[in-house]
This record gives sequence, structure tokens and C-alpha cells, in this order.
Amino acid sequence: MEMEIEDEKQHKFDVDLGHLMVFDSNHTFPSQPPLSREDLVKQCLLKGTHLVQAIADALFTLPSTEDVDGPLVNLPPPLTKLPREKHLPKPKPPTKWEVFAKKKGIQNRKKDKIVYDEQTGTWKRRYGYDRANDEDAVPIIEAKETDDPEEDPFAKRKENKKKRIEKQDKNRLQNLKEAAKFGALPSHVQLAATALPITGTQAAPKKVTKDELGNVAGIAATATASGGKFDKKLPGEKPAKHKGKYRKFLPVVEGTGIGSQEREQTEKILNKIISKNSHNILNVEKAVTMHNVKKEKKRRTEKGKASPADKKLKTEKKSFKKGNFKKGKAKGK
Amino acid sequence: MLEIKTAKTRKGKRELEKRAPKLVESGKKTLILHGTKTSGVLNAVLAQIYHLKKNDAVKYSRKNENVKPFEAGGETSLEFFSLKTDCSIFVYGSHSKKRPDNLVIGRTYDHHIYDLVEVGIENFKPMESFNYDKKLAPKEGSKPFIVFIGEGFEAVDELKHLKEVLLDLLRGEVVENLNLAGVDRAYVCAALSPNRVLFTHCALRLKKSGTVVPRMELVEVGPSMDFVIRRHRPPNESLRKEAMKTSREKPKKKEKNVKRDELKGKIGSIYIPDQKVGETALPYKAKGVKRERREAKRKNDKDGENAPKRQKEDS
Repeated sequence: MEMEIEDEKQHKFDVDLGHLMVFDSNHTFPSQPPLSREDLVKQCLLKGTHLVQAIADALFTLPSTEDVDGPLVNLPPPLTKLPREKHLPKPKPPTKWEVFAKKKGIQNRKKDKIVYDEQTGTWKRRYGYDRANDEDAVPIIEAKETDDPEEDPFAKRKENKKKRIEKQDKNRLQNLKEAAKFGALPSHVQLAATALPITGTQAAPKKVTKDELGNVAGIAATATASGGKFDKKLPGEKPAKHKGKYRKFLPVVEGTGIGSQEREQTEKILNKIISKNSHNILNVEKAVTMHNVKKEKKRRTEKGKASPADKKLKTEKKSFKKGNFKKGKAKGK
Repeated sequence: MLEIKTAKTRKGKRELEKRAPKLVESGKKTLILHGTKTSGVLNAVLAQIYHLKKNDAVKYSRKNENVKPFEAGGETSLEFFSLKTDCSIFVYGSHSKKRPDNLVIGRTYDHHIYDLVEVGIENFKPMESFNYDKKLAPKEGSKPFIVFIGEGFEAVDELKHLKEVLLDLLRGEVVENLNLAGVDRAYVCAALSPNRVLFTHCALRLKKSGTVVPRMELVEVGPSMDFVIRRHRPPNESLRKEAMKTSREKPKKKEKNVKRDELKGKIGSIYIPDQKVGETALPYKAKGVKRERREAKRKNDKDGENAPKRQKEDS
């Protein structure tokens, strides 16, 4: 037995201290005399003990530092390479601003966290709640001569701020999209697709609910000649909501009873269209001028003989105030 | 249209950052799950593998009908579980007439299946069947020794593959520093024949040998079983190449409170918390008062004892 052990000790085992692994590639288990299970396990354990001893020989002779819990040993890097769990982190592409700043040679400067607030005369935070020089917290805005009197300066500021935020959000999304292309999105950010945009509309798309999607599927099914009757249904798909078509034919022939229905229907539609576009059909401005011109002509024919000087004055005034009929009329009277 | 979704809480953000790809990885988590049907043996095997790897494993207890790792389309559900639990090794047990007591061990890369090894379980001996001194029982989460015996692990492709997978499964936490006092377990894998591997879990008994190196002794603590090789799917060559990539640079630790000045060189700043001198309680040393109090109390006690007696006498 001892001879055997010495024999085996001469072999070199592959010891990988990084994984605390040892591998003996020379040992073979005899297959010819079928060993009993117990013997086999015993043999394995015996062999295993030698191999474990080999690891221990290497491990316990490493330089160690004493710790409260026991001697600490610095393990060498593992020799056996194992595959990674996830890909290597990819470098983040520069944002548009970073590209621009580099081109222009702009460098980041550190700003103080606390700034002097001129309004209260105290030092306050630069950003966040109760910040210094906050535009929104100003109770009175002094008017300038150039200001438009009809505009609310507070509302204007609010809107400007909203616009700035929107712009920043847009830029952020753009930069994140670029990062996503390189697979370098920050780990806590996800870009989720919302509903598809409808081409040509400016309105933000709504989130589509499950029911609505189901309805769309039903409508799509009717695109076939059979109205989706013979379509293969996917598992879990519900039958189309509206089978058949919504069509109703009214009698074409005029009668006292039902016959007038069709005319009513068309009139209804026509009225709707006309009322909707009535402002287009009737040019109010033109009508008013026409009316005024007519009136004027009438008056001229009446008063023309009386005083020509008066007439001259009137025309001058008219050229001054263009299109202000009411005033002209009042003065005229 | 795209919408930006971010973690709503700081905790959630930290959790996601933990899952992000890292330059140097810290070890893989194991997902243990059942197939459509599992035998009693397999249930025990899965439970005990979970027990061995409790620190970094997730065990699913339900049957999974959709998981069939070797079949096309049978991996979608598995890959989703891998993503959900952030596990990149899975141990899947199933039992059928064709493949009784079947165990599939596989790994994922980027939450997609990387490789698979299928083994049958035979001669299973659970932990409970071993008798040993319970003082020797290995501590949870200790770094194991791993022993591979037999030329089969080098000569036979399947076994070579199995060896790598087993090493990945068993190696435990990836550490740089090891406490020698914490060395207490070893896994022994022996290639008995080209398609059979004996696997057993042993405790280590360290005995004095007179030198620095203690004499090692193995005590079998179980579980022990035979793996019979069935199917296996090695990784795709290009995928393997990508997965083996490592970076030379080490992750930099953020240097805090250190400035560099051109004239003075390196400047470190130290922050000392406010000592709150005004609020500290002074040591209560007034012994005189204490003694007085003590005596006063003793007196009171005596009076108190006497009082009821007197009352009794009176009555």
C-alpha cells in the first residue's frame, strides 16, 4: 500500500489553486475485475485524499497574513478559464453635448452647491427645493416698456420652463437611443416601446388597452372575403366582435312613409357639413364691407349735393383708419 | 415612440446595478427547477444540490411543462427564468420512461443557453444516510476543494465538458483571499468509465502532521451519486470565444477625499464627526451621594420591615 502511495506521489497532478481544484489525468479505474460498490468508493476516497493533500501542500505553504479568524491566504488567479456570465460592459458613446464640448474645448467647471440669493439676501442651494434666484418664486415682475400688455409674464415663464424641460427630455431620449444602439444603456434605464405613432399626427399616441387590441384584431379578421369566418384562430383568440357588415339600404322610391328617410339622411349629412364649414362658405368680412360700401354709396347720393368739403374730410379719415368701420360710422353720424 | 423607464426607488436601482454586466464577475447563481415529472430520487437530488449551494442558488418548487432544454422552443421559458432570477447555471430534473432520473446541467451566457450536459442519476445516497461526527459537517458557503480523478476527464469529450460544467457549478464564490481555517469540504468526481462519473461530497478533517501543512483526511458526508452521461450540447464556437473574453484592466475604485495639488502633491482630507462635547454625559462619580442614597434606602427597608410587624402586633 505504501509503495503505491509513493508511486502516485511521483505523478504530477494539475493543481489549480485559483479554483482549489486538482485533476489527476493518469489514474484509471480497473474495469476488468468488477469491484463492489463499497470498494470502488473506498478507492476513490483514498485517491481523493492524496489529491486533496496535494492542494493542501500548495495552499498551506502560500504566504499568509494572520487575522482574527485565522490565517488569510491570497489565492493566485485561476488557471482554468470559465465562460463569463454576461458580456463585458460596453463603453458608453458620448452624448451630443459631450461631442460638442470636446470640439469647442469646453471643460466642466465645478460649481458651488450654495449660491447667494439676491432676493432674500441669504445663501441658498443652487438647485432643488427653496433654491436661490428661483424664477418661479418671484412675486412681482417689473414691467418694461417693450412688454406686451396682453401677455401674462408669469404664464410666459411657466411655459418657457415647460419648453426647456421638454427639450431636455427629447435630448436625453436621443442620447439614450444612441447608447442603446451600442448596447451601453445604463443598467437602471430601459427604453420601452409605447404605442406606434400614427403617421401625420402630432398628438402623443395613447396606450392601447387589451380590449382595444382585441377589437382591432376583430376588424382585421373581416378583411378576408368570408369576414374572417374560416380564419385559423390562435390559441386564446376571441371570435370577432361584429360578424357581418353594418349596411342598411333605404328605399330609393319616394313615398309618404319610409321613402322620405333617405332624403332626410342625406340632408342631415349635408347640414352637418355645411354647418361645420359655414365660416368658409360665408365670408363675413367681405359681407360686412359690401354692406358698408352699399350704405356709403346711398349716403353719398343723398349728401353729395349738400357739401363737398365735408366729403373730403370724411374720405381722409377713412384712409387713416383702415377697416375700422364702426368708428368711422360713429364719427360720420 | 420610446419611453424611458427608470428604477423608481433607490433600492431598485441598486438591485439593477448588481445585475449589470461587470468587468470582473463575482460568481454565478444557480437555478434549480423541475420538469413535467420528477421521481422521488430526483426530488431529493435537487433538494440536496440546493442545500449544498444554498448561498447562491434559487430553487423553484413547481413543475414546469414548458421547459425542455434540449428541444427547440423549449428554452424560452428557461431563459426567461434565468433573466428573472439572474441565474446563469441551471440544474433541471425530469423523469421519463426513456430517460429515468434525468438531470440537465446547463449554463447561460447573457441569459441565453450556452451549453448543456445531460446525466442520469444512479446509486443515489442522500446526506441522511451517512453517519459521521456532526462537528465535521461543512459550513454553509465555504469554499470547496474540487478533485477530479481519471483520465476519462481528458480523453472523452463528454466527460471533459462535464468536468468544466461541474467545476463551474461547484466552485462556489470567487474569492481572492481565503481563510485557511474555513477549509472544510471537498467534492470528489471520479470517472469510473467513459460514461460514468462517481460524485461524492466529503468533509475535510485536518490533522496535525508536525509541519505547516496539516494531514488531510476525507470523511464522506454525502450526497453521493453516479452520473451516467446522456446527451450533451457543447457551446457554439463563436459564442464560446465571446464568453471567454476577459478584460485586462481592473475595475477602478473611486478615490474619495483625495486631491492632487501641483505644489503640495497629494492631499487627503479627513472628516471627523462632530464630537458634541456639550452633550456628552459626564461620568457619575458622586460616590458620597450614592452611599447616602444606599444608606437611606437601607434605613427605609428596615422601617418598612418593622412597620408591618408592629401592625401585626397591634392587631
